[in-house]
Amino acid sequence: MRSRQRLAVCSQLRRSTFIVCALCSVFYALSVSYAAASETSIHGFLQGNYSADLDMSNPDGGDFKWAEERMQLKLDTNKEPFRLFFKTDAYYDHVDEKTDLEMREGYVDFTSSKWDLRIGRQVITWGVGDLVFINDVFPKDYEAFFSGRPMEYLKKGVDGIKIGVYPSSVSAEVIVIPFFEPNVYPQGNRFYMFDPMPLVTNREEREPSGSLDNTETAFRIYRDIAGFDTSVYFYKGFYRQTSMLPDSMSSPTKIDLFYPELSVYGASTQGRALDGVLSIEAGYYDSRQDENGTDPMIPNSQSKNLFGYQRQIWEDFTAGLQYYCEYMHDYSDYERNVPSGFPQENKLHQLTSVRLTQLLMHQTLKLSLFSFYSPSDGDYLLNPEIKYNFSDNIWAAIGGNIFGGGDEWSQFGQFEKNDNLYAQMRYEF
Amino acid sequence: MRFFILLLIMLLPVETFALDATDIMKKSQEAFLYQGKDFKARVMMKLISKGGQERVREMTMLRKNYGASGGEQKYFMYFFQPADVKDMTFMVYKFPAKDDDRWLFIPAINMVRRIAAQDKSSSFVGSDFTYEDISGRDIEDDTHSIAKEEKIGARDCYVIKSAPKAQDADYSYKLSWIDKVNFLPLKEEYYDKKGELNRVFTADEVKDVKGFPTVTKRAMKNLLSGHRTEVTFTKTDYNIGVEDSLFSERFLKQPPKKWVE
Repeated sequence: MRSRQRLAVCSQLRRSTFIVCALCSVFYALSVSYAAASETSIHGFLQGNYSADLDMSNPDGGDFKWAEERMQLKLDTNKEPFRLFFKTDAYYDHVDEKTDLEMREGYVDFTSSKWDLRIGRQVITWGVGDLVFINDVFPKDYEAFFSGRPMEYLKKGVDGIKIGVYPSSVSAEVIVIPFFEPNVYPQGNRFYMFDPMPLVTNREEREPSGSLDNTETAFRIYRDIAGFDTSVYFYKGFYRQTSMLPDSMSSPTKIDLFYPELSVYGASTQGRALDGVLSIEAGYYDSRQDENGTDPMIPNSQSKNLFGYQRQIWEDFTAGLQYYCEYMHDYSDYERNVPSGFPQENKLHQLTSVRLTQLLMHQTLKLSLFSFYSPSDGDYLLNPEIKYNFSDNIWAAIGGNIFGGGDEWSQFGQFEKNDNLYAQMRYEF
Repeated sequence: MRFFILLLIMLLPVETFALDATDIMKKSQEAFLYQGKDFKARVMMKLISKGGQERVREMTMLRKNYGASGGEQKYFMYFFQPADVKDMTFMVYKFPAKDDDRWLFIPAINMVRRIAAQDKSSSFVGSDFTYEDISGRDIEDDTHSIAKEEKIGARDCYVIKSAPKAQDADYSYKLSWIDKVNFLPLKEEYYDKKGELNRVFTADEVKDVKGFPTVTKRAMKNLLSGHRTEVTFTKTDYNIGVEDSLFSERFLKQPPKKWVE
């Protein structure tokens, strides 16, 4: 049995090696063809990333939330006004015992004096929140975050087109995403999580089809107003978390998982105030498939607000505070319709965060603490981390994710049995 | 005519001494940090520990002046090395009488973030230089006096003592050796709160770039820790027509090759 598994792994490794070789050949061919007139660079890293359970084993019996070796290659080639960029990861995942390739980013840029265009898989980050996202409606990988992976893996790329327009008075960005990309949430084999209908295992997930109607659009217009970087946003697309639709409320046998329609109207501003940096962001989440708020299976429309403040207290020590709240519209309709046995959400969900960062030893040693605490739910997440740069090329970090408080269904309370200690090591070249 | 020459000779030293310490420091800051309308350099920083371990920071730095010497400036920096900060960009709007605005672009998550910037005496990218050493301290924040005159090598210098008016600096006073001809600081000594010599700056190479004498090699040594930072400027140039639009979120995210190479 074991040797069969090993054979399977070997064949996967061979396939991945083949793909990596093929990709390298493409990189090489591209770089040679561009070499005469353009600049090409190849960088990347080798990384080990392991995260062990602190409280108890995973639901499937494993003791690691994450355990992998990974290689990333970044190819960047420029021939103005064009730029080609690829960021590809090859990895071996010990938990699911698989080797795979992942195209993290891959796009072509065209740059003109007053506008630019990016086509392909790209990471888009909007808004001013620190791990709190209102107008950043683009896909995230929360499993990565809760498993103790480096922060960049929280963001996922989208396949789309970005057009930037930069006349002198304002700047604007339009994003068009033809193919829906959901968020990644922790998986049931690695994480204990709340499930309102655990006995119904027959589940079918439906992503919005790649039709013209379902193409997501996002728009941002921004400029400096009195020293504050100010943006206005609009998004038309879908929630990136599934909603459940059971075939029967009283005795369900099957659950359809789907992504309800969503529009977001928002704004943010960030600037220097009170000897620090002040951030304010707001958004109205228009739940288009549940305008009246009467469908308990689809999120009600909400107003989301964020206030943030960060300040350097002393040399190389920075503190950041955030207050975030979600106000549910049509709450009485929601209350009337929420099925019995389902946890009831608050009308006002509140979340606070603290981030403390101290750099030491010529900024080679970084001590940090990030924490969420919800005053309305009483649950929390603690993420302490120590990162040390052994040299310009090698760094390592150890840290932990500690969850608790609240109820068994609340945002962090449901992860109570998933405390983990992680180690990340990276050689960068 | 002879009387006129005599008068001139009599006036000359008077003219020289008419420059008080504050004027000298203003002229020095102008020569060191404000020359030209704009400036570009490829900067190689070597951070060297007491044990000799070296780390490297390599960047292109662009600077543009807004208004007179001692006034507003904008800085744009693009990092080549080390690998974990490659493609990061950093932007500063420097204001003389209030805190700077600072932005950092982190390519891995495609995010531009404002940075809280209250402490100007914080280390710049882990080096022995502080933010103030890089972009200059407001002349009005210190009381300046001429301590003595002395030669550094063959160069005649004023030695200016500058003491902070408030308790906001990490030194109790600073001595600056200012070249009498080009007003560049050739050496600076920082004395800590106990009056002990803490940090020493030296200008190790001065080159003429488009008629502007420019410090192209410099070092800062921390005598207490034994750590030092050596900086070399190459590809230096002035008045290259850096556009205002460079200092924007758009170009933080996609720095134009023509400026950062």
